[in-house]
Amino acid sequence: MSKAIYALYDDDDVMVEGAKSILSKNIRIKDVYSPFPVHGLENVLGIKWTRLAITAFLYGLTAMTLALIGMWFFMIQDWPMNIGGKPNDFLYQNLPAFIPITFEFTVLCAAHGMALTYFIRNKTFPGMPARNPHPRTTDDHFAIEISRDENSGVSDDDIRAVLQETNPVEIFEK
Amino acid sequence: MDYAFEGRAKKITMILMAIGLLSIVLGFFSGDHAAQRVWTSILISGFFFFGIGLTGTFFLAVQYAAESGWPTVLKRIFEGVSAYLPVGSIALLVVFIAATFHWNHIYHWMDADLYDPTSEHYDEIIAGKQAYLNLPFWWIRTIAYLSVYVWFTMLFRKRSLLEDEPMELDSQRSFFSKNQTLAAVFLVFFGYTSVTASWDWIMSIDTHWFSTIFGWYIFSGMWISGMVMMTLLVIYLKSKGLMDFVNDSHMHDMGKWVFAISFLWTYLFFCQFMLYWYSNIPEEVMYYQARIEDYSWAFWGSLIINFVFPMLLLMSKDAKRKAGFLTFVGVIIFFGHWMDVFMIVTPGAMKQYGVIGWVELGTFFGFLGLFLYITLNALSKRPLLVKGHPMLEESLHHHIN
Repeated sequence: MSKAIYALYDDDDVMVEGAKSILSKNIRIKDVYSPFPVHGLENVLGIKWTRLAITAFLYGLTAMTLALIGMWFFMIQDWPMNIGGKPNDFLYQNLPAFIPITFEFTVLCAAHGMALTYFIRNKTFPGMPARNPHPRTTDDHFAIEISRDENSGVSDDDIRAVLQETNPVEIFEK
Repeated sequence: MDYAFEGRAKKITMILMAIGLLSIVLGFFSGDHAAQRVWTSILISGFFFFGIGLTGTFFLAVQYAAESGWPTVLKRIFEGVSAYLPVGSIALLVVFIAATFHWNHIYHWMDADLYDPTSEHYDEIIAGKQAYLNLPFWWIRTIAYLSVYVWFTMLFRKRSLLEDEPMELDSQRSFFSKNQTLAAVFLVFFGYTSVTASWDWIMSIDTHWFSTIFGWYIFSGMWISGMVMMTLLVIYLKSKGLMDFVNDSHMHDMGKWVFAISFLWTYLFFCQFMLYWYSNIPEEVMYYQARIEDYSWAFWGSLIINFVFPMLLLMSKDAKRKAGFLTFVGVIIFFGHWMDVFMIVTPGAMKQYGVIGWVELGTFFGFLGLFLYITLNALSKRPLLVKGHPMLEESLHHHIN
């Protein structure tokens, strides 16, 4: 027996209205597949706000600290560099010279960290098999996924009947 | 939704203007360097608020040129801020006329002796700049900048009011595309002249010194001050219940602008500083020497206030959407950027004798009162929501996460 039932739509507004009516009948939606971000859908589905920004801040903070410690060690502690004839006993005396690299390294790590976190969290590494239920959800169609496990109290026929009311172009199982 | 400018708001702006006037008059009797001090204060605050007015016009033009829809509901605010531009130009002109007649000595290069090889005051470096930095040419440029800025400001306002009249869909479309063309023309003019104007009005105070990134530095300072002022005005009018059509997403976007332009300013501040610090060439580094030795509190203070505050406090999405947070950060960096203008102007005009005392603060509050009086008065003239703008509907439904 397949794990989930899908309803395929050819219009995002019809899909959002459909999602509202499915939820109003106490049927849980596991996920929605869409070729582009659909306005207001996250509120309908009650998706929690992403914490990606917090990870970006932490990556940036780590990178800034690492960059400053690194440059302090390379340029001041281990092999004191003569920077324009300026005194170089302490980090702060040459800090302006280190700011561009600190900035670049912070941005680099925050950006790459964010991208990698996104890939890991969504399991979308390059070469991963596609997980969308229908090829057209990357083109011009939208699919609502109803998991059987989450709706064990509702019979298959009831789910199909509810989905049919929302004017999908196709209902299929996978 | 109409805003009526009356009662307490009007009284407060009047009191602020009175404080300013009193500070300026009494300032002339404030001891050593009194006259110079007053004129320098007028230039600092006059230029600061002029920049805010100019940002109104500039930002309006950016929205036209970029065909951006979301700020349409805020358009009257941009226009209200830019309504100060004519008065702000007059305030600057007063300082310039006084400088030309040597009632003050803010612009050292206006002294004719510097160009006379027989004089003991002859200055070879300044004499070398005479082809550009001479009074007639400088005045022609000044008049050109100010008149074109003011002309465009009035044109945008006139066309904006015309747009509210009922018109056919086709003519509405061509009306908007003509606004776009005008905005693009203004932006090109503004792009060049905001740089040369900053050389002429501000950089020439330290006549020997020069910096190619200076124009952008001044421009970014104006822009952030203007952004903060517009955001605070929206928060004020919203708190009166007059701008309910402005939703969280609009506030979020204004907060993003404040956040982003704070970084632009810091970036340019540091770009300029690092190059001079690194090369350490005497005739270049003396600009920073004068500031770090005699005005270290204003120099480092403006960097820390204007960079650290917005960065740490406005980073998260929630902070940008909370009016209280935005107001708190906005008021602090608004003053921080005024202090930045103080730090740019004063060492050249007052040498080491500049302070932020009652004359400077009084003039600041006076100009604040004048600015608010004109802006709020302009806002009360028309409904706060535009009618005929083709992107109004889009803006009313603006929604971002």
